[in-house]
Amino acid sequence: MDSGTGVPIHVAPAASEYYNRAAASLGVRRTEISVESRTPSRRTFLTLSMGLPLGAALAACGTSGPAPSGGGAGGGATGGNGGGGAKATYWFLSGPPGEPVRTSAVERFNKANPNGQIEFTAIQNDAYKTKIKTAIGANQAPTIIWGWGGGGLRSYVQAGQVEDLTSWFDQNPAVKDRLFPSSFGAATIDGKIYAMPCETVQPIILFYNKKVFEKVGVQPPQTYGDILDLVKKFNAAGIAPFSLAGQSRWTNMMWLEFLFDRIGGPEVFQAVFDGEKDAWNHPAAIEALTKMQELIKANAFIKGFSSITADSNADQALLYTGKAAMMLHGSWSYGIQQAQGGDFVPSGGLGWINFPPVDGGKGDPSNTVGNPGQYLSISSKATPEQKEIAKKFFANGVLDEEEQKQWVDTGGVPIVKGADKLFAGSKDAEFLNFVYSVASNAKVFAQSWDQALSPTAAEVLLDNIAKLFQLSISPQQFATNMNAVIGK
Amino acid sequence: MSAVTARRTPSAAAPGARGDGVLPWLATPALLVFAAFAVLPLIGVLLLSFTSWDTLGEIRLTGLESWRSVLTDPGLPHALWVTFLIMLLSWAVQTPASILIGVFLAGRQRYRELLAVLYFIPLLLSSAAIAITFKALLDPNFGLGAGLQLDFLNQDWLGEPGLAFGVVIFVVSWQYIPFHSLLYQGGVRQIPRSLYEAAELDGAGRVRMFFSITLPQLKYTIITSSTLMVVGSLTFFDLIFVLTEGGPGDATRALALDMYKRGFQANLMGAACAIGVILVLVGLALALLLRRLGGRDPQASQLEGA
Repeated sequence: MDSGTGVPIHVAPAASEYYNRAAASLGVRRTEISVESRTPSRRTFLTLSMGLPLGAALAACGTSGPAPSGGGAGGGATGGNGGGGAKATYWFLSGPPGEPVRTSAVERFNKANPNGQIEFTAIQNDAYKTKIKTAIGANQAPTIIWGWGGGGLRSYVQAGQVEDLTSWFDQNPAVKDRLFPSSFGAATIDGKIYAMPCETVQPIILFYNKKVFEKVGVQPPQTYGDILDLVKKFNAAGIAPFSLAGQSRWTNMMWLEFLFDRIGGPEVFQAVFDGEKDAWNHPAAIEALTKMQELIKANAFIKGFSSITADSNADQALLYTGKAAMMLHGSWSYGIQQAQGGDFVPSGGLGWINFPPVDGGKGDPSNTVGNPGQYLSISSKATPEQKEIAKKFFANGVLDEEEQKQWVDTGGVPIVKGADKLFAGSKDAEFLNFVYSVASNAKVFAQSWDQALSPTAAEVLLDNIAKLFQLSISPQQFATNMNAVIGK
Repeated sequence: MSAVTARRTPSAAAPGARGDGVLPWLATPALLVFAAFAVLPLIGVLLLSFTSWDTLGEIRLTGLESWRSVLTDPGLPHALWVTFLIMLLSWAVQTPASILIGVFLAGRQRYRELLAVLYFIPLLLSSAAIAITFKALLDPNFGLGAGLQLDFLNQDWLGEPGLAFGVVIFVVSWQYIPFHSLLYQGGVRQIPRSLYEAAELDGAGRVRMFFSITLPQLKYTIITSSTLMVVGSLTFFDLIFVLTEGGPGDATRALALDMYKRGFQANLMGAACAIGVILVLVGLALALLLRRLGGRDPQASQLEGA
């Protein structure tokens, strides 16, 4: 009856864990098959629940069905062997759209560097989260650790498991300077850089259904006051003002992130992040929490939102089927709506804006939140040869011209300055340019709270957010509960 | 009977010496498996509960700190209460339904055999698959209610604490009633025909026979099935986790879920292990209690002539 045996769902990942370790020690290369279609960058559980029982079955098969991965020469020994022909190891997330891009980036690097190969393993999103933690804790981490930065990275740093890259970036300013400066925030712990930002930027965006707006005869909101007016108008027209997948919790969190920023500015949450005592008692925080509950009481969100999960993309379906008029969601939602919404996106039905300012609020309306990038760290347990290969990959392989193009093709915006010149000719150019301008013009690009905080505090946060949205706790109770875990 | 007396007479000084020499050997494979996969992890969990460990750094011995944090957390009594309610309600729903279905299926008619096969299907599905399916059916916008245009089905099933709790009980029952019906079906078929024949001669009706013969004769089946239900409901995890994730808020956060969330989502392994120990203790206490309720000798048979 230890914590493992009561967890049947995770039997498959756990089993694969052991398989993998065995496989690693035998030098077997493997890739896991994934059934995940969502952009793999959220802290959510059960991506296996794609709304189909089949999903569960496939996910279980996926983790137990090893197959040789498609890159480079096969069969070599993995980590720790050192010596001639050293190989660095690299684990990343499987599943479209990211996996092929990541795979081909490594393959190009291996072709160009016959003496310093990288061996990769692609792992399904949720399995990866548990697996990478266990591997790092057991000193079996891959050379290159793919991650989300922020609180998770901080816990690696505190355990002394990842390399300090500050001086390397000082020696190689070109590597640093070509990336969005905002992407380094979540890679920086106590003033030192522990990770190389990579891949794409994913701000949270206010999406709206243009067709529904036309039908009701209203304009997209310019201020928070407009939002309140629109809530009344849409409710009167029998359309839910906002779609929200409330059961997923982090979806609710996005609302608070923006209200906190627009009302009190980024300092309010920064104080929480910095561990200031009673930081949640800030008047702006209480005001934002109160406004949040007022919005819920005004029926701004679709009826039954607490029963909806983001994993099944039901919240996005509500928007493109016109049952809801607006939705606050990550930029990756664009690709999902394009893939699942029929001609909704191609016919120009989808509109998007940055979250509007709150009247009298302190936050700069250009500020945004979301994922400023993804992150690559180097394990401090790797051999010097492996670390060298990893650094070479960071300098020459990560986000080369070809990788940037491939990200743009998936509807993503690479975190490289000037990447917008690649958008020309893309059918998604309008959206890509918008995301690029939001990301590059943001005075502050804050990281999602649940990623920024430690896993312990993040869990309490999500829990209390769910209760706040249930109206079962008051804003002050929320603040008190959250103050208790500050700095933990 | 004769074997026992035969053994007893020659070796009265050392009773049963001949047989006992072999029996412990026979138990070793089972004991080894039990020790490796139950006792050892349990000791590990007990030791970990006196430490603080975030699964990444080193394991630090912190004495009773994890226990203190768990025992002072208002979440613990709540989780215990939720667990207890799930146990009680799912027992109260499943037992009568299982007995009735079991008795019905014990008949030898062809159509009943067919129904027995159909009833058995939920047992073949994994809990995760069941939960995902029900979640899709209960979706307030794209689910059963919307599809069939039946307004009363359009509730916020997983968003209202009371409704969500009811849904959990319903789905748990839906999944496990087939299994317990099977137990009762077997139990009923063991009851000697002669009892019913005698009752018929005395002029007893069907209802009277059910309450005076079938139910009392099923006593030990009821105890077995109740033990499985009660102890099993302590470990309900997968279904609730997929269906509600313990929500809305913490309305369906049972002990097993609390343990998982603390251990694997909040990275507090020490506290999670403390809850694990509590779960084991509660489970043992319940199993013991149910054995006591069942009388001194649960192996005793009520069959005539045995």
